[in-house]
Amino acid sequence: MDFVCNFPFFSIILAMFCGILSSVLKGPWAKRLCLFMVTAVLVMSSAVLAYTMKTGTSYTYSMGHFPAPWGNEIRAGVLEALTATGFSVIMLLSLLGGMSHIFTDVEETKTNLFFILVDLLMSSLLALIYTNDLFTAYVFVEINTIAACGLIMIKQDGHGIVAAIRYMVMSLLGSGMFLISLSMLYDITGHLLMEPAKEAVGAIVASGSYEVPLLVVIALMSVGLAIKSGLYPFHSWIPETYGYATPAASAILSSLVSKGYIFLLIKVFYRVLGYENVVSSKVINALFVFGLVGMIVGSVKAIKQTDTRKMIAYSSVAQIGYIYMGIGLGTKAGMAAAVFHIFTHAATKSLLFISAVGLYEVSDGKADYRSLRGSGYRNRAAGIAFAVGALSMVGFPMLSGFISKLMFATAAVQSPHKMVATILGLAVSTILNAIYFLRLVISIYSPAEREYGADMSHQASRKLKVASLLFIIVNLVLGLFSQPIVNAIDAGLSMFV
Amino acid sequence: MLAHLAANMEETASMILFGIGFTTLLLHKNLIKKIIGLNIMDTAVYLFLAAKGYIYGRMVPILTDGITDPAAYTNPIPDGLVLTGIVVSVSVTALMLSLTIRLYRRYGSLDLDEIVMQWRKEER
Repeated sequence: MDFVCNFPFFSIILAMFCGILSSVLKGPWAKRLCLFMVTAVLVMSSAVLAYTMKTGTSYTYSMGHFPAPWGNEIRAGVLEALTATGFSVIMLLSLLGGMSHIFTDVEETKTNLFFILVDLLMSSLLALIYTNDLFTAYVFVEINTIAACGLIMIKQDGHGIVAAIRYMVMSLLGSGMFLISLSMLYDITGHLLMEPAKEAVGAIVASGSYEVPLLVVIALMSVGLAIKSGLYPFHSWIPETYGYATPAASAILSSLVSKGYIFLLIKVFYRVLGYENVVSSKVINALFVFGLVGMIVGSVKAIKQTDTRKMIAYSSVAQIGYIYMGIGLGTKAGMAAAVFHIFTHAATKSLLFISAVGLYEVSDGKADYRSLRGSGYRNRAAGIAFAVGALSMVGFPMLSGFISKLMFATAAVQSPHKMVATILGLAVSTILNAIYFLRLVISIYSPAEREYGADMSHQASRKLKVASLLFIIVNLVLGLFSQPIVNAIDAGLSMFV
Repeated sequence: MLAHLAANMEETASMILFGIGFTTLLLHKNLIKKIIGLNIMDTAVYLFLAAKGYIYGRMVPILTDGITDPAAYTNPIPDGLVLTGIVVSVSVTALMLSLTIRLYRRYGSLDLDEIVMQWRKEER
C-alpha cells in the first residue's frame, strides 16, 4: 500500500488533534494552527485525489488491522477525495474572509474556542466523507452537530442562543431518525460496514423478505438526513442560523455542514442501500417533490426579506432544493448534477456571505437594501465579488451556477416522467433567483442616499479582498473548466457502485 | 398482527417510546420537556438495540470459565453501540441543558414560543 493511502486517516486525526491542542493555546495561535491544519488537509486531499485518479480505483483502509466484517474502515475514491479537497478550499477561504470578524464578534478570551470548533467540524466533515462504517458516520454526525451549534452561538448574544437551540432541536430529530434507521438496518443485515451491509441488503431484496423494514429504513434515513441538511419543509432553522452567526460561521455552515449530510446520504444510497432499491422504493420521488417545492418556496421567501443576510440564507433553502431535486430524478445524470451543485453552491454561497460582509462594513453595519445603496462603489472588491456570486446563483454563463443548471436540465430530459416538472421548476426558480439577487446587485450599484462613516479597518478588508478574489477564481474554474470535474464526479459515482 | 406485536414486545415498546420521545422533542414548548423527549427517544433506540442483541439463554460475552464456543454468548456489538450511543446522548443533553440555562437567564422563561416572541420583539 502506498504512503498516500494513509492521508485520509491522517487528515481526520490531524484535524481532531489540532482541536485538542487549541484548547491550551491563545486565540491567534489557535488561528494559525487551524489555518495550517486546513492547508495540510487541502494538500493531503489533493494528493489522494491525484492518486485515486491515477490508479482509477478506490481503496479501503482498515483501522486496527481487523479484517472486513469486523473492523472499522475508511474508504477513499475519486469522489471522496474531490469532496474533501473542495471542502478544505472553501473552509480555508471562508476563514480567511471572515477572519477579522471572528476576532470582533467573539470575546477575546474565547477566540480559541472558535477555532477548536472549526477543527472539530473539519474533522467530522472529513470523517463523514471518508468513513466506510455506518455507526462511525452516526457518531461523527453528532460531533458535526455539536460543533455547528457551537459556531452558531459563539457570538453569545440572545439571537445566537435562540438560533442554536432551534438548530439543535431540528438536528437532533434528524439524528434520532438516522440512528433508529441505522439500528433497524443493522437488525436486518447484521452489518455496519458498508460493503457487507450492501451484500446483505442485496440478498434480502432478492429473497423478497423484510420489504417493509427496508422501506422504513430508506425513508427514515432520507428524512433524517434531509432534516439535518435543511430540505423544505424542515428549513425553519436556516434563516436565523445563517443570518445571525458570525460571517465565517455562516459561510461554513451554509456551504459545508449541510453538504456533509447530503454527501453522506448519497454515499448511503449507493454504498449501503443500493441505488436501484432506493429508486424502486419511491422514497426518492418524495425527495424530488420536496426539492422542487423548496426551490420555489425558498426563492419566494427570499424575495420577501428586507434583511439581505436572511435573503441569502433563504436562497440556501432554494439551493438545497435543487440538490435534492437532482437526487430525486433517480438517474445517474441527475445524481452527477446534484453532486456538481454541491460544489457550486458551496463555492458560491460562501462567496456571497463573505462578500456581503464587505458591503455591510462600509454601510455602517446595516444589512437592508436602502443602507446598502452605493456600497459597491465604497468597497469595490466586495461589490464585484458579490455581483459574481449573485450572477452565478442566477445561472449566468461562464460561472459555476450555469453549469449546474445545464446539468440539471440535461439530466431531466433523460427521465421522461419528471422532465416537465423539473424544467418548469428550474425556469421559475431561475426567474425568482434573478429577481432578488439582481435587485440587490442593482441596489449596491445605485447612488447612495446619504453619507457613510469611513471604512472601519483597512487590514480587515485586505484579507477579505484576497478571499473574495480567490472565491471568484474558484467560481470561474468551476464554470469554465467544468469538464474535468464532471468527469471526476462521474468516475467517482461509478466507483461507489 | 397482535400476536406478532406481542412476540416482539421489546421492539414494539421501543417504537412506541421512540414516537413519544420524537413528538415531545418536536412539539413541546417547554425546553426541559423537549430535553426529556430527546432522552426518551434515544433510550428507545438503546432498548431496541439491546433487545436485538440479546439471545435468550446465552451469557454476557466475557470469557471467565474457559468456554470459547461463540454459541454460548450473546452478540457484543449492540452493547458496544448502546454504550457509544449513551456517550453521544449524554454530551448532547449536556449541551442542550447549558443552552437552556443561558436562555433562562436572559429571557426568564423556559417556554420556547415565548422566548421566540420576545426575541422577535427585540429585533424590531
